[in-house]
Amino acid sequence: MQRHTIAILVNDQPGVLTRVATLFGQRGFNIDSITVGGSEEPGLSRMIITTGGDEQKIDQLMKQLYKLIDVITVTNLSENAYVSRELALIKVNASPSQLAELNAIVEPFRATIVDVGPASLIVQVTGDTEKIDALLVLLESYGITEVTRTGSMAMARSVVPVPANV
Amino acid sequence: MSVQIAELQGKNGLPPVKFGEEVSGAETLLRCLILEQVEYIFGYPGGAVLPIYDSLYGSYFKHILTRHEQGAIHAADGYARATGKPGVVIATSGPGATNLVTGIATAQMDSVPLVCITGNVAQNLIGTDAFQEANITGITIPITKHSYFVRDIRDLPRVVKEAFHIATTGRPGPVLIDIPKDVSNAVAPFTYPDQVEIRAYKSAVEPTDEEVQAFVQAISESKRPVIMAGGGIISAGADQELLAFAEAARIPVINTFMGLGGFPGVHELALGMPGMHGSYTANQALLNADCVIGLGARFDDRITMGRTKEFAPKARIVHVDIDPAELGKNVSTAIKVTGDVKSTLKKALPLVSRCDSEEWIDQLKKWQEEFPYSYKKDGDVLKPQAVIELLYQSTNGEAIVTTDVGQHQMWTAQYYKFKHTRSFLSSGGLGTMGFGFPAAIGAQIAHPDRTVIAVVGDGGFQMTNQELAILSQYKVPVKVAIINNQCLGMVRQWQELFYDNRYSQIDLTCSPDFVKLSEAYGVKGLRASTPEEAKAVWAEALAHDGPVVVDFRVAQEENVYPMVAAGNTLDQMVLGDE
Ligand SMILES: Cc1ncc(C[n+]2csc(CCOP(=O)(O)OP(=O)(O)O)c2C)c(N)n1
Repeated sequence: MQRHTIAILVNDQPGVLTRVATLFGQRGFNIDSITVGGSEEPGLSRMIITTGGDEQKIDQLMKQLYKLIDVITVTNLSENAYVSRELALIKVNASPSQLAELNAIVEPFRATIVDVGPASLIVQVTGDTEKIDALLVLLESYGITEVTRTGSMAMARSVVPVPANV
Repeated sequence: MSVQIAELQGKNGLPPVKFGEEVSGAETLLRCLILEQVEYIFGYPGGAVLPIYDSLYGSYFKHILTRHEQGAIHAADGYARATGKPGVVIATSGPGATNLVTGIATAQMDSVPLVCITGNVAQNLIGTDAFQEANITGITIPITKHSYFVRDIRDLPRVVKEAFHIATTGRPGPVLIDIPKDVSNAVAPFTYPDQVEIRAYKSAVEPTDEEVQAFVQAISESKRPVIMAGGGIISAGADQELLAFAEAARIPVINTFMGLGGFPGVHELALGMPGMHGSYTANQALLNADCVIGLGARFDDRITMGRTKEFAPKARIVHVDIDPAELGKNVSTAIKVTGDVKSTLKKALPLVSRCDSEEWIDQLKKWQEEFPYSYKKDGDVLKPQAVIELLYQSTNGEAIVTTDVGQHQMWTAQYYKFKHTRSFLSSGGLGTMGFGFPAAIGAQIAHPDRTVIAVVGDGGFQMTNQELAILSQYKVPVKVAIINNQCLGMVRQWQELFYDNRYSQIDLTCSPDFVKLSEAYGVKGLRASTPEEAKAVWAEALAHDGPVVVDFRVAQEENVYPMVAAGNTLDQMVLGDE
């Protein structure tokens, strides 16, 4: 099963997130991550959803999404070059004495330590999913007590992919 | 602020509508409905729609007070299927709204245009689990084409305009408008938009020239073509275009269940219905065709049996549909045409030439003669198939026939040869028991001068038979034919064939006396138990100037054949007891 990152531009209406999420469930798709926020145009929001499925199934999903009245465009970013970022906050069991050591670990990831407490500290990292996964593996040995991740935000590179055929 | 009061003369005998006046949300809604040329409203009142019902009082509208909201929505659906105009239903909040759910899902599956108006509790109570509060927009998201929760009276006219537009254009479907009570009570000057602007919504889809050329090309290259015409022919009003096209190109036509009536069942090129209970010839046509042309048909699993790889194994599949999501959804398609079937056929007709298909047509005719629908006749025993034949012959195929769901539904599809579009109304996609009788009421209200027959099982009829009250209250002359086998016949058939005759929970011998039940509602009731009685009683029913319920007592153990068991392929067809 391939992974797909789908960008959906929607009317900023109450209930639109439910409509989109319901459609995924109704058509048998699992949502791996979903992010929603404003877009370049007032009144429109952009959702970035990552999901899995073969080419034909994703094509069908996109056409079904297009049928929602509040959906303006649907783009499968995975079909072309795109940039994807995720933000994670990771709480690690470590004391201030280990700060230098931890800084050395997170620095190559361009991650930062944003909070230090008596027995734990918080690492903030942005990057693609794989990078965050890799950092989590490294921090594992200290003991991770809490992780919160945003899910992917994504955008096509300068070549704009053609929206799905309607 | 000075108010500009203008009056718009209603169209088609509808009353004039005043603009600019300060009116309530309820009155606003009704004025919008007049401007949408709505004549009939099916519904049931309650607290949250009291302002709307108060405005209805003494108004121009003809409101049908059914005895259950499910009756109202199926009647509105029958009205829509019989006319092509949107059906309108009103229900109150909470239980009234949730009683619409089955009817909304039924309409969604069969692409029927409905506008469902529900009341809701006032906005200050929304989300508090207030008395009779239900989140009906949330509940119905997966079963509506679109829905609205109206927060402000000033949005109401636009919402109604959009709702009718969305319900009736593109692939039609049900749209829900949920109006909280405070919006119905609010006041604002009346306005109505001239136009609908819904970004990214495509109301009409025209095929491209290349698509039409590819479509015609595929046909010209085939020797054994067959058209599979679905419900899209009926909703697009493309029956005349289909007839002209099939005749010009000499292509035989299979009508799917939803497509029955879209091509005359008595035409020499008509092959009948395909699929699970379809005709031998229709299924052989699919198995042997070199080109299958799906027109507004969605390749449902009652036709492909879910065995999509083995479906029409020798054919290139050409598919025309207004909904792009249908193309390639169920079967893989060689040529996809995104378009309204009517305009596609119109564009293709001048380009198409007569196919070299005579040998193929001869072969199909031979199969038709050799393997027609058939059943064992048995002296004095009344066979359900014989009842349907009687209904067909007595009306010469001119009636509007609705059915409920079960064996009688399949026998009606097999033995009644539908000649006209919008004359066979049945819940195809959802298979909703309880649909047939109220749908007949809606169809009869739309067509007071036509014979409307509701063919129902003794099971399904009891899901909505309280609507018998409507027949006498509003003088609706529906003829109800109960195919009474004293059991849940279709379930019995599956239990016989696949569960070793273990007849679990299908016994309906304790049903009411349907003749007396009808009489209790002021409706004439008749009964027949033999073929002779059936003839006499049915003639009496047709001659009676008003509604009649006929209780046809039929053989219990009859099965629907031919049959392709679920999971088998179309060539594994069981022809039946004969
Ligand atoms: C609302 C609903 N409940 C259950 C079913 C499942 N079901 C399909 S056919 C059938 C039996 C119908 O019996 P009856 O109405 O007597 O008609 P017959 O098959 O005997 O003609 C049942 C229970 C259904 N289709 N709809």
